[in-house]
Amino acid sequence: MNFGLSESQQILRSNAKKFFANECPSAEVRRIMDTPTAFDAKLYAKMAEQGFTGIIFPEQYGGLGLGRVEMAALLEEMGRALVPGPYFSTVFLAGAVIDAAGSHEQKLKYLQPLAEGTQRATLALLEASASWDPNDVQMDGSAALSGEKLFVNDAASADFLVVAARVQGELALYIVDANAVAITPMNGMDLTRRICAVHFDKAPAELLARGDIAEKALQFALLTATVALSAELTGTMQRAMELAVEYAKTRKQFGKAIGSYQAVQHQCADMYLLTESSRSASMYAAWALETNAPDAAKAASVAKMYSSDAARQITANAIQIHGGNGFTWENDCHLCFRRAKAAETMLGDPAYHRENIAELVIDGAPFETAEETDAVFVSGV
Amino acid sequence: MDLTHTQQELEFRDELRAWLSTNVPAGWQKQTADHSVEERFRFLCGWQKTLFHGGWAGVSWPKEYGGRGATLMQTAIFWEEMARAEAPPMANVLGLGLIGPTVIAYGNTAQKQRFLSKILSADEIWCQGFSEPNAGSDLAALSTEAVLDGDHYVINGHKVWNSYGWVADWCELVVRTDKNAPQHKGLTVILVDMKTPGVEVKGLKQITGESEFCELFFRDVRVPVENVVGEVNNGWKVAIGTLMHERGTFGAGIQVAYQRNFKRLVSLARKLHRDQDPIVRNKLAQLAAEIDIMRLNQMRAFSRINATGVPGPEGSIQKIFWSELNQRLQQVAQEILGPYGQLGKGDSYGFDEGAWSFGYLRARGNTIEAGTSEIQRNIIGHYVLGLPKSY
Repeated sequence: MNFGLSESQQILRSNAKKFFANECPSAEVRRIMDTPTAFDAKLYAKMAEQGFTGIIFPEQYGGLGLGRVEMAALLEEMGRALVPGPYFSTVFLAGAVIDAAGSHEQKLKYLQPLAEGTQRATLALLEASASWDPNDVQMDGSAALSGEKLFVNDAASADFLVVAARVQGELALYIVDANAVAITPMNGMDLTRRICAVHFDKAPAELLARGDIAEKALQFALLTATVALSAELTGTMQRAMELAVEYAKTRKQFGKAIGSYQAVQHQCADMYLLTESSRSASMYAAWALETNAPDAAKAASVAKMYSSDAARQITANAIQIHGGNGFTWENDCHLCFRRAKAAETMLGDPAYHRENIAELVIDGAPFETAEETDAVFVSGV
Repeated sequence: MDLTHTQQELEFRDELRAWLSTNVPAGWQKQTADHSVEERFRFLCGWQKTLFHGGWAGVSWPKEYGGRGATLMQTAIFWEEMARAEAPPMANVLGLGLIGPTVIAYGNTAQKQRFLSKILSADEIWCQGFSEPNAGSDLAALSTEAVLDGDHYVINGHKVWNSYGWVADWCELVVRTDKNAPQHKGLTVILVDMKTPGVEVKGLKQITGESEFCELFFRDVRVPVENVVGEVNNGWKVAIGTLMHERGTFGAGIQVAYQRNFKRLVSLARKLHRDQDPIVRNKLAQLAAEIDIMRLNQMRAFSRINATGVPGPEGSIQKIFWSELNQRLQQVAQEILGPYGQLGKGDSYGFDEGAWSFGYLRARGNTIEAGTSEIQRNIIGHYVLGLPKSY
């Protein structure tokens, strides 16, 4: 048994770290987030050249065909660098759904350009209810699509959208050209990853899948995206912790580094505990998904709910440790804090995933009465 | 990354599982429920002897000292299987986990021959004399003194928080042998026969009402010099080696115990019709997730020790994690049980023989014993993150 990255996985990760240090330093993140869609074609092309856009997709559709653990290792480095733009929505929202739901022809037509980085896409799932639960999708998909989708990541830089709708009570997944819809930016907190409202008015749509197949495909794709986002969040909290620890070592007050005071030091120690625990959770979830482990869905929910809560706490405390400096626009802490909040609500917030877990561990557990249980109890520890 | 067991690990697990299924005394919990503390301890000594004869006591010890030479992964499997089989705990916990490994690492041949086998068989029970009234977190400030007199040390002092002190035959004691040396450089580890004149043991009643720990008083206790482990005045290194064992290998079975307590809590929530309350569900789900993560952190730490030979930084978060998680678990249990949660042992209206009220009280000790949460955070801050020492 080895709970850690293999040598090739470590190489992939350290190469990614170097790549983003060179191509996506903080100054570049800030330059790109000031553009209207936070999309930079040059950076995106370089990422595609590295194979990042095709990491999890089959080689026959232009991907690298790597596993979910490699995915998690890469995404951690992306989260650490706060990589801006439509990478996540293209690969893990739209791409993962097409990979799971599309026909061979559709994958050649739609997935391959995403894997090769020549096109970008996103998933239009949420409606006014703002629910990530596919059961709450109401948009009528019986004819051309009409209605509104909200909180659509990076729609403004997408070439096409994967859209979830409902036909005679059944879930249906479509592909819609971005030129066939009206896209309005929403004023989201995370400036590195934009969200949009998308208005459909009898938009022509190509069916990907319907009914049971569509539900299973969407569920599987969302699991992959959830684990990817948990790994990305782990990278973002790692970054916030590094910023805080570095500042605590160099900033002096009362003649000493503030990191020598336990009130500050213990906050840093907690950041470490939360970051390492999030890393364990997302790495395991990636492995569980990779190997079709029976607890893969639970593991994904555990990872997302824990990393969401941890990232919010760590990035907030990073601001606190930086004092007045941390409250300025120039300091990178708020970029992490903003990303953490946006990612927290994306793909289901912690309460959503806790309810998922509750269904598995409470409702799914075999019923036993107190009388039937031979209570064995370890009360000391 | 590969979380499947090797063939060798599977064989170890299956052999152990088969052995446990025929040797764990059926219904032992109920049979020992009315036992006095002494009777219960005798039962646990008997169980350890059974393990010893089956070759399962001290699995991680080298074969030449009566162990099984198990790998770290096999040791983890051992504790998981013990917990899964609901086997009784072993009696000589400190001997097996702390003192034995210390003697193996630092002791001489005569000491190994004299002490190790009787630790495994539970013929000699051990306690540990480290903390003092004025030396808790700041262990190196201890003042129990040993003065050389011919071929004996004469020991005077007062130790506290000694688990198993009331039943121990021997004690691993840390004493000051050089008052003029810097704090850490004047300490020595010495093994003391608890029957030596001048040793007094007093029970230390805790907030649970039980006396799990003791206080030890040493008044002109004469101990032969050959009982020194390692070198004189090198006791800090020997003692810290022991503590590393305590923090490193302890708790491989904890998550299984937590898992079991959690399942029981879910059953009680159903019984009290609280399992559909969204707040209760939220809190139970949080606990379930954290129990999973505790296990994953542990697996990562073991993998790292396996690969590098040294405990990695992941290991330092374990102590904080299990102790604070148990407090959260006990708190949620109290919320679910409501007024029933306070009921102690012997109350026929309560659940599980008062285990939940005992657990709630006992959990306060978790963040203090084996290094307080504050000390653990100092360790992470300084040794892992590289922040300046705060004290």
